[in-house]
Amino acid sequence: MSITEARPACKPADYKSDIKPIWCPGCGDYHVLMSFNRAFAELGLPPEQIVVVSGIGCSSRIPAYTNCYGFHGVHGRSLALAAGLKVTRPELTVIVASGDGDGYSIGGNHFLHACRRNIDMTYVVMDNRVYGMTKGQPSPTTEPDFDTALSPGGTGLRPFHPLVIALASGANFIARCFSGEPNATASTLVEAIQHPGFSFVEILSPCVTFRPDEKDWKELVHPAPVAPTSDPGKAARRIMTDDGFNIGVLYRGDRKPYAPAVGRASADLADLEKDFEL
Amino acid sequence: MNKPINGPRISSVADLYAAAYQIEADAAERYELLAGQMETHNNPELVAVFRDLARAEGIHRDEIKRLAGDIDVVAHARRMAKWNRGDSPEEADLGAAHYMMTPWHALQLALAGEKRALAFFTSVADSAKDPEVKKMADEFVEEEAEHVNLVHRLLRKFPRPPRSWSNDPDPPIPQE
Repeated sequence: MSITEARPACKPADYKSDIKPIWCPGCGDYHVLMSFNRAFAELGLPPEQIVVVSGIGCSSRIPAYTNCYGFHGVHGRSLALAAGLKVTRPELTVIVASGDGDGYSIGGNHFLHACRRNIDMTYVVMDNRVYGMTKGQPSPTTEPDFDTALSPGGTGLRPFHPLVIALASGANFIARCFSGEPNATASTLVEAIQHPGFSFVEILSPCVTFRPDEKDWKELVHPAPVAPTSDPGKAARRIMTDDGFNIGVLYRGDRKPYAPAVGRASADLADLEKDFEL
Repeated sequence: MNKPINGPRISSVADLYAAAYQIEADAAERYELLAGQMETHNNPELVAVFRDLARAEGIHRDEIKRLAGDIDVVAHARRMAKWNRGDSPEEADLGAAHYMMTPWHALQLALAGEKRALAFFTSVADSAKDPEVKKMADEFVEEEAEHVNLVHRLLRKFPRPPRSWSNDPDPPIPQE
């Protein structure tokens, strides 16, 4: 019997690191962390087979709070880092964590192309419709009338619609969750991770400090009234016309994931020297 | 086969022990998490309250494990004690936490949890077909009712704070 076989299955608590989260009490991201750990335990993945990659922002602190491999990367570049990792180490389960500022503004272009490439990884965006870490600036998903000292009278800008953009760009699995329903979120994450290709999961995760109004989200969210579809046209119509609080899997595509033939799994020095011979 | 609303299916005494164990284990873990949050945000009074609650739930958890005897409640709970959408009944609402919350708020969370647990065991008892399951569910109902009363008694020591409880003289303000 190998060491792996002899090892007991991990419990959600086994994925927690020793580092205490420093999010504000009441922040939705605590629930998201819990959902990650429950999903990993449900999948039976040992922590060393999972990599959580992030960018910058409150939500991007999440790799430090798990016992998995982690990479707290550059602002908006988490998808690029994760894509490189996944194509070279396809055996690993790669989860990318981001927020609405990091993911849709600074990293907006990477988002489009990650969907288009359809690499087999899961992109989780904790959307609180504000830049929380830098103290309350409007983000791409902020409502146009979000009236603060920083945006008097609101930005007047149409919010970014990430799910439709993901669909149009080629994401192979699209879901929306609410952080306050950690078990349902964990089940969706399990499905997203198991689905081949690029899975995009938007998690509505309230910022209680700069968007206390988002506490009302728990009253607004509701299960999506229709079953997931694999028809992008139907999915687009549904997502474009829903109220933004439909929770569940909204699209399950069947595109083949991008999986380039990678080089040798291992190489010694002589092999590498051969590559550089003139 | 009885399935309480949004809860695990309870069809045997082992199921009931496992669900009860998981409820207490989740509650203890949640209070410990909240104690950690309060520690990070320098609210020592709340650290003590949440740690006490975590300890109390931990004692209940261990007691259920002991009472379950030969039943491996940990493994059994892992297989079946699942609440579909939200948390298990006694898990305090993380979304209701606030860095300036008071013991009264903490006890309100505890009271809500105990009431949810009471409702859960009541629904199990009401729908149980197996007399053994019903008898034991009734015992849990009695116990949870006592917990509700206990929290009410504790609340007498911690009156409702004034409306200004969340006024922070140095609040987090939006910055450019």
